[in-house]
Amino acid sequence: MKRYLVFEDGTYFEGTAFGSDVETIGELVFTTGMSGYQEAITDQSYNGQIINFCTPMIGNYGIAKKFNESNKPTIKGILAREITDVVGNYQSEMTLDEYLKQENVPGIRRIDTRAITLKIRKAGSLKAAIVDDLDSGLLDKISTWKLDDEQLQKSINPKPTTFTGSGKHVVLLDFGYKESIVSELTKRSLKVTVVPGNTSLEEIENLKPDGVMLSNGPGDPTRHTDVLPTIVELEKKYPVFGICMGHQLLCLANGARTFKMKFGHRGFNHPVKDLATGRIYFTSQNHGYAVDENSVKQTDLKITQVELNDQTVEGVEHVKYNAFSVQFHPDAKPGPHDADFLFNKFWDMLNK
Amino acid sequence: MPKRTDLKKIMIIGSGPIIIGQAAEFDYSGTQACLALKEEGYETVLINSNPATIMTDKHIADKVYIEPITLEFVERVLVKEHPDAIIPTLGGQTGLNMAVQLQQSGILNQLGIEIIGTKLDTINEAEDREEFKELMKKLYEPVPASKSTHNYWEAKKFVDGIGFPVIIRPAFTMGGTGGGVAHDYDELEEIVERGLKASPSTEVLIEQSIAGFKEIEFEVMRDSADNALAVCHMENFDPVGIHTGDSIVISPIQTLTDEEVQKLRDVSLKIIRALKIEGGCNVQLAIDTKTSNYFIIEVNPRVSRSSALASKATGYPIAKIAAKIAVGLTLDEIINPITGKTFAQFEPALDYVVCKIPRWPFDKFSKADRTIGTQMKATGEVMALGRNIEEAFQKAVRSLEIDQEDLIMDSLADKSLVELEKYIQTPTDDRLFYLAELLRRDVSYETINRLTAINPFFLAKLKNIINCEKVLTNGTLDKEIILEAKRLGYSDKTIARLNNLDEDIIRHFRKQSEILPTFKTVDTCAGEFEAEAPYFYSTYETENESVQMSEKSVLILGSGPIRIGQGIEFDYSTVHCVRAVQQMGYKAIVINNNPETVSTDYSVADKLYFEPLTLENVLNVCDLEKPIGAIVQFGGQTSVNLAEPLQENGIKILGTKVEDINRAEDRDLFDQIIKKLNIPQPAGGTATSQTEAIKVAHKIGYPVLIRPSYVLGGRAMEIVRSDEELNKYMHEAVHVSNDHPVLIDTYLTGRECEIDALSDGKNVLLPGIIEHIERSGVHSGDSMAVYPPQNISEEVQAQIVKYAKLLAKELHCIGIMNIQFVIHENQAYVIEVNPRASRTVPFLSKVTSIQMARIATKLILGADFDTLGLEPGLEPESRLIHVKAPTFSFNKLNNVDSALGPEMKSTGEVMGSGTDYTEALYKAFEATNQHIKEAGNVLITVNDNDKKEASSLARRFHEVGFQVLATKGTAKYFNDCGISAKVVPEVGQSEKDIIYYLDHNKIQLLINTLGESRSQHSDGYIIRQNAVLNSVPLYTSLDTANAILKVLEKRFISVNPL
Repeated sequence: MKRYLVFEDGTYFEGTAFGSDVETIGELVFTTGMSGYQEAITDQSYNGQIINFCTPMIGNYGIAKKFNESNKPTIKGILAREITDVVGNYQSEMTLDEYLKQENVPGIRRIDTRAITLKIRKAGSLKAAIVDDLDSGLLDKISTWKLDDEQLQKSINPKPTTFTGSGKHVVLLDFGYKESIVSELTKRSLKVTVVPGNTSLEEIENLKPDGVMLSNGPGDPTRHTDVLPTIVELEKKYPVFGICMGHQLLCLANGARTFKMKFGHRGFNHPVKDLATGRIYFTSQNHGYAVDENSVKQTDLKITQVELNDQTVEGVEHVKYNAFSVQFHPDAKPGPHDADFLFNKFWDMLNK
Repeated sequence: MPKRTDLKKIMIIGSGPIIIGQAAEFDYSGTQACLALKEEGYETVLINSNPATIMTDKHIADKVYIEPITLEFVERVLVKEHPDAIIPTLGGQTGLNMAVQLQQSGILNQLGIEIIGTKLDTINEAEDREEFKELMKKLYEPVPASKSTHNYWEAKKFVDGIGFPVIIRPAFTMGGTGGGVAHDYDELEEIVERGLKASPSTEVLIEQSIAGFKEIEFEVMRDSADNALAVCHMENFDPVGIHTGDSIVISPIQTLTDEEVQKLRDVSLKIIRALKIEGGCNVQLAIDTKTSNYFIIEVNPRVSRSSALASKATGYPIAKIAAKIAVGLTLDEIINPITGKTFAQFEPALDYVVCKIPRWPFDKFSKADRTIGTQMKATGEVMALGRNIEEAFQKAVRSLEIDQEDLIMDSLADKSLVELEKYIQTPTDDRLFYLAELLRRDVSYETINRLTAINPFFLAKLKNIINCEKVLTNGTLDKEIILEAKRLGYSDKTIARLNNLDEDIIRHFRKQSEILPTFKTVDTCAGEFEAEAPYFYSTYETENESVQMSEKSVLILGSGPIRIGQGIEFDYSTVHCVRAVQQMGYKAIVINNNPETVSTDYSVADKLYFEPLTLENVLNVCDLEKPIGAIVQFGGQTSVNLAEPLQENGIKILGTKVEDINRAEDRDLFDQIIKKLNIPQPAGGTATSQTEAIKVAHKIGYPVLIRPSYVLGGRAMEIVRSDEELNKYMHEAVHVSNDHPVLIDTYLTGRECEIDALSDGKNVLLPGIIEHIERSGVHSGDSMAVYPPQNISEEVQAQIVKYAKLLAKELHCIGIMNIQFVIHENQAYVIEVNPRASRTVPFLSKVTSIQMARIATKLILGADFDTLGLEPGLEPESRLIHVKAPTFSFNKLNNVDSALGPEMKSTGEVMGSGTDYTEALYKAFEATNQHIKEAGNVLITVNDNDKKEASSLARRFHEVGFQVLATKGTAKYFNDCGISAKVVPEVGQSEKDIIYYLDHNKIQLLINTLGESRSQHSDGYIIRQNAVLNSVPLYTSLDTANAILKVLEKRFISVNPL
């Protein structure tokens, strides 16, 4: 069955339907990672987005529960040049197509994903609809569609969850966290309590944390201004480690600004330079907003890492407090593990 | 870190002649590296014995030494040049081994020369099996357990510890003869006993078997600041057990989860860091398809075949970056040349699928053992890109030029299911087509997976292709179906065949239905950044990225995969053609499909299309680029064969006209020319049936030289001496038909020579005559050759020049052509004319300093002799003498007779230059790595016709201090002539027979002319096989033996008592 990706201006790409048959609208982004489609699909940072996979063949190793980054994907759809029904890995529990049907996510295959990527590269991220019919009534709504709070809220678990551990206690403020962050912490025997990002300072303190992590999450970080005063207090009292959205919030809390990038960084071949050591590592990234370099200068934050190619701020640390954050994902999944030592750094802070 | 300023002059060691396992990829890497070092301002010195390479062109390095890569000669160059450093990691195993030898000899310390890039300790750590095992143990990284042993008891004890299955490999046997896989103690005992017997050192290696695991490769890089990255990862279609050079390879990895990919990437980076490599490194891993447990198979601490493939597959120029790292630059300082924006500290992301398929020589060696395993047998490879595996696969298959347009091998239709299923259990070069046939018969993935361990994912992709076959045969042409077929990589030709139509009809239908290819860019970054690289592949999508250039352009067709008969020489000429096209003010567009070569470096042409060299793919590029015409003279027979169909489709063929190309290639038309010009030619004729053949043979008289028409490299060419032999030949060796006649000529014995002619249609320039050292009967590509000629009278030279001029003019040659002669009783006869650049172009260009391919290109583009300042006629001879010698890869192939004959067998060549003939000969022999000992035993086994001539050689061997050994009859003949010769028992006549002598290092040189035989049980064949097995220098022509004697006599210093 034919299916279309339609833009605000009425232009469209044609492909073949797979996954769920719902029609949707979302923000169109591309990711260049050559593996890890399942991790991306279940990453809450993609909430409200249609993911265009640059790698032309996905679904090759199927879907297995253990690779979920969250329980329920909140993406709006996926685009792939080719998907596979006969999988080549023993770990697979179901095919990608079956999974997307189950999770109610529509997809288009046999579509020119490279042309779509080039379009995004030139125009910046775009809004688009996935429809089965070019007369679909949904197309009128593209121009007015925006990623609303109701949708974004789906990424955040409303109830606290605890993961036991024999070590120090970390409270993870959830803005749409990835399982991989928790598993990096529990792997180090830390006890983790995940609470919604807007939990009050008092409630957090009642949990008697030894440290606080600020998670990744979807959307514009300025949406979370209510949390900033809490972060200002937390960094004075506890070691704080922010990732992705958490990084942006730490920066905002300390007076820096963020901006929306043209088409963001999504993929895992982004070289990041550690300014202190000169060391470069490849990082997993998924962000459409970034911290404004100039705005950091007036704060008590120091830039610690930058992206080698476009010099985006990739990491900061507080000059007075035990607080640091990175724009990329040291928790990987998908992508390289080059920067997982940052969790050791946090562990050291907790245990000092 | 900025580049080092304490180094001024750097020497690069090349990889020498092309042999199986070490081919054109090192020309590509070496050229890139030399240019990168020059770009950084270093003075470069290169040593490489292979004249057929771009890297040995004068302008690639500041000083180029075409000298043997042996300790003796490399030391001489070091002493003369005093470089500050050497880079050993760009010349394959040859380069590494030479570096180790230089270190051991002490010369590096003595002259204060540093090894840069990867250090010697590292090389040892990676190359030495035991040291490598130790290192992996230290890193807690698993390698398959293994142990060498001399008895069963020890083997059993070892297996008690690691469990079954295990692989048993006898030491020092060719192709693992006598080894096997044991699944229980009974099998273990049997195979170990057998292996111990087969091994000359009664030693076997027992290794934990990981057969059936998935094989993965990572290409990784590291700089002196310890930055490291993975350029590319690849998954083998075939499971572990097949040499990576003989495996079908897909990039990127397809069937591993992100968790598995990242784990293997981590391991690869950990290893390159532990080895402290500064440059590139290849890591081969095996992963269990049921547990994700992995093993490290092997590490190559240098650029390699895989790194060349990875460079072409991703666009990331590994060798160039490796050279810059070697002089101290770090990855974050080097700009990624393909984007011009990002840095070399970047891991490419692919938005296409790459498929590499090896090119095996079994079309030439029909009797060879076609099974593939741990010993590489392929001579070359092709690469294809697509937006899915099916497309990449099908494009790769038709790039191979093996008479297989697609996955349909007609001869398999008659085979039973049982036969097919049995066949696929042993990997062979053509297994892919058997898999396709089984899938066509709906055999399940499970069954095939059980028999082959090939991943069902890949089988399903093949099945997608097969399923479309059925739809395509279903009747009329349908737009949707054709589009689907194109997206699965089907060629118009296959679609046409399945519908019983002509290819043009499909092409026409496609164009009418707007099913047109789009070209996508290879940009290293999956579209994330704007790319500057003009590197494209075709696919069927919506958006096309390649735009016609505004300047006038010329299309140059490459020569495809390296194979015996069409080697790196043609890539050399292609690259020069590109340069000349550009010098003439045109843009150069190259189409080629060989990932190993310089011509497919995206920085060589103005535009590179990585495509199959088929009519359809070439026309697609022409439709877009609208070049002023195509040049077909430099891509060997591959491009010449495309000339006529291209012209029929409206593409102008530049240079010699298609009609004239045909007149040179069509036997009957050519005969008319020869007659008209009154040029002597061996009597001959063509035959399309057995009776006709006999008739022709009787007319001209035996012996005759017989071969199929339109073939390259003397494939299936034989000397036939009787009706019986002729019948046998017609029956066994060829399929004759009206379209494919055989050519039969009188076999004239004599000296052979050849000449290349450059012409603008009016004038003819002959850069030089090349004299072959072996008499007629040995293929020109397998002959040693010398320039200037040593034994050709002025009278005959004048004949050659005269005939060459006549032929060039008669054929209206514009560009270049090659003419082969045999000299019989002081008369030159024309054997054949090749209306294109020949194998000798790089050699002759280098020794005469006439850049033949460049001049030819300029002539093709309309320049004349006056504007180019060329003097017609035979160029004056050079001062130095240059000898070209072939190199062979017999030790890599089972069941291939090493006797030289009319069919070409060599894989590469070397050159030796000297102030006199013997010096040049000596260097040529040294460069082929067949070091001739100055004393010892020479074994002479010759057929009766050769005995007389052999006796004079035997005498000379005796005089320079060799002891002559011979079999009974020959020894008697020698003794009768007054030459003392010791008798060696014939094969099987004694415990200590000839084979025993060869096995036990008792023979330093073997002269064997027992004739090429169809039988693998003949004595001659068995003796030659054992010589190859034991690396005993073997010569099958008395002329070569004579050349050796010339060297020995020159070097012989006599000692005399008072």
